[in-house]
Amino acid sequence: MSMALNQTSRRAQLSLRLGVFPAMAAGLALAMLYAISAGRFDVPWIRVVEILWTRAWDLSGSPETMDERIVELVRLPRVLLAAVSGAALAVGGAALQGVFRNPLVSPQILGISQGGAFGGALAILLGYHGVVLLGMSFVFGMFALVLVGFLSRINGRTEMLTVILAGMIVGAFFAALVSVLQFIADPNTSLPAIVYWLMGSFSTATWARLGLAVPGMAFGLAIVWLLRYRLNLLALDEAEARSLGVNPDRERWFIFVAATLMTGTSVAVAGVIGWIGLVVPHAARLIVGEDHRRLIPASALLGATYLVLIDTFARNLTAAEIPLGVLTALIGAPVFAVLLRQHFKRTGAA
Amino acid sequence: MIGITDASLSFGTLQMFAGLSVDVPQGRTTAILGPNGRGKTTLLRSILGFQSLDRGRRHTPHIVGYVPQHSASQAKLAGLEVVTMGRAARLGLFGQPGPDDTEAARAALVQVGACHLADLRYDRMSGGQRQMILIARALATGSDALVLDEPTSALDLGNQARTLSLIAGLGRARERAILFTTHDPNHALAVADDVVLMMPGGAVVHGPVAQMVTPDLMAELYGVPMRWVRPDGPNGRIAMLPEFTGKDALCA
Repeated sequence: MSMALNQTSRRAQLSLRLGVFPAMAAGLALAMLYAISAGRFDVPWIRVVEILWTRAWDLSGSPETMDERIVELVRLPRVLLAAVSGAALAVGGAALQGVFRNPLVSPQILGISQGGAFGGALAILLGYHGVVLLGMSFVFGMFALVLVGFLSRINGRTEMLTVILAGMIVGAFFAALVSVLQFIADPNTSLPAIVYWLMGSFSTATWARLGLAVPGMAFGLAIVWLLRYRLNLLALDEAEARSLGVNPDRERWFIFVAATLMTGTSVAVAGVIGWIGLVVPHAARLIVGEDHRRLIPASALLGATYLVLIDTFARNLTAAEIPLGVLTALIGAPVFAVLLRQHFKRTGAA
Repeated sequence: MIGITDASLSFGTLQMFAGLSVDVPQGRTTAILGPNGRGKTTLLRSILGFQSLDRGRRHTPHIVGYVPQHSASQAKLAGLEVVTMGRAARLGLFGQPGPDDTEAARAALVQVGACHLADLRYDRMSGGQRQMILIARALATGSDALVLDEPTSALDLGNQARTLSLIAGLGRARERAILFTTHDPNHALAVADDVVLMMPGGAVVHGPVAQMVTPDLMAELYGVPMRWVRPDGPNGRIAMLPEFTGKDALCA
């Protein structure tokens, strides 16, 4: 009797897990459709489908009517950029949490976002945009991560509490450096550019910007996707992982570079959008469990959906567009507080 | 098969061992015996290559079935998934476990008698159940070398007996080189062919269990008088116990 029940429950779990990815993908498609449709100039969703369907069969044509121009030139690149950024930030967070064996870790907690922000702000101050801004965001994001790794390694061991503390120290340091840049920036030209960019927004999304962001994010996503089973092994103790044929030092760096590439690129094209890498993997873990073979694609789909919806609310809730970082922090900070309490309750220590 | 030759290791002024050679040949079981803090785990880690040596060389296969003292894994993964991790070295950097790997993991679960744990979540298992899963994972590697770091230290008496029976059974098959650490000379008596003793003052001696596990050497090793206990009857198995004088507990 109990064996039959057990088998039934296993089948239910299996069907739930098999059905959950199509459901998430459908959710993302609906969210994107809603995001393209909604705005100050309302385009009915059936008209959005019609425009996209027509364009799919005639890529060489150009938009003629107002609604075609809004859908194809304004909203579609913006929604796609939000989706790919959301996926990249969430997957970056999930991968870092696996490597650090800690669900509280995220690119922002580790100071990568602030390092990337400094690199980007420095590029703007120096008059650079595009690829240089992207490159500097990546380099300084990576530098911040290396600093955290160095500071948190004591006697050859990396304790979770010291990682979080080191991340906060490095993050605060780079945040201070960003303030220094703002202080010395020209108040008429570069200062507004830096401030607006830092608050996070997809309002300047174009096909060109999307083309700039996609390679870095796709490369980072591909690395993490390929290493998704390895992440299960990297979550083990170092000696355990080594005995199973894993080279933790080398393989961790693949993940670090991928996560930083994704975060740095996202910061470069849309400014600092915090908390996605923390909140989304947590939600994904509740739905599909801790196996990274399921967690990584689930984080990508949920992250994309989450940021597409957040961006849609940001531009539609009020007359003026709300900075994305404000909305994600309003949701993310309370979730982080709850997670932190649960973590310390469960472990009794750091 | 697995061991170190002419190896030395010290931490600052603390010398762990010097000029030590240990070899566990295929088909033999060796126990590293000693009290807390004497360096059993350090020696094990040196043999496995997790601890670099000051001098000497190790001869350890690339893949070793290793059972840690405590697994860091608190993952909400099924027992079968944890055992399948033993196949990782065969998968390559970007590989995913396939049906063959799952079959090998199931075979390892059968070997340790833990088929019923295949679908149970690892983080919900008892200490004894987790130990069975970790031993099955070590066997799933397919390695001829099995290394266990204090496999009984966190277990109750029943689970200690089950784990030791399993190690003894694997030892009797004479297919693997088995190395494990333990506090208890009776575990070495029950399971091992040879012992390595981590003596006071950094000396390390080794030899066949019948010659090395004696009351005199054990008294020197643990710093308390030891005696044999011989149960009545022809089938009674000998064991070793410390003398309980009660004097050590009194304040002067």
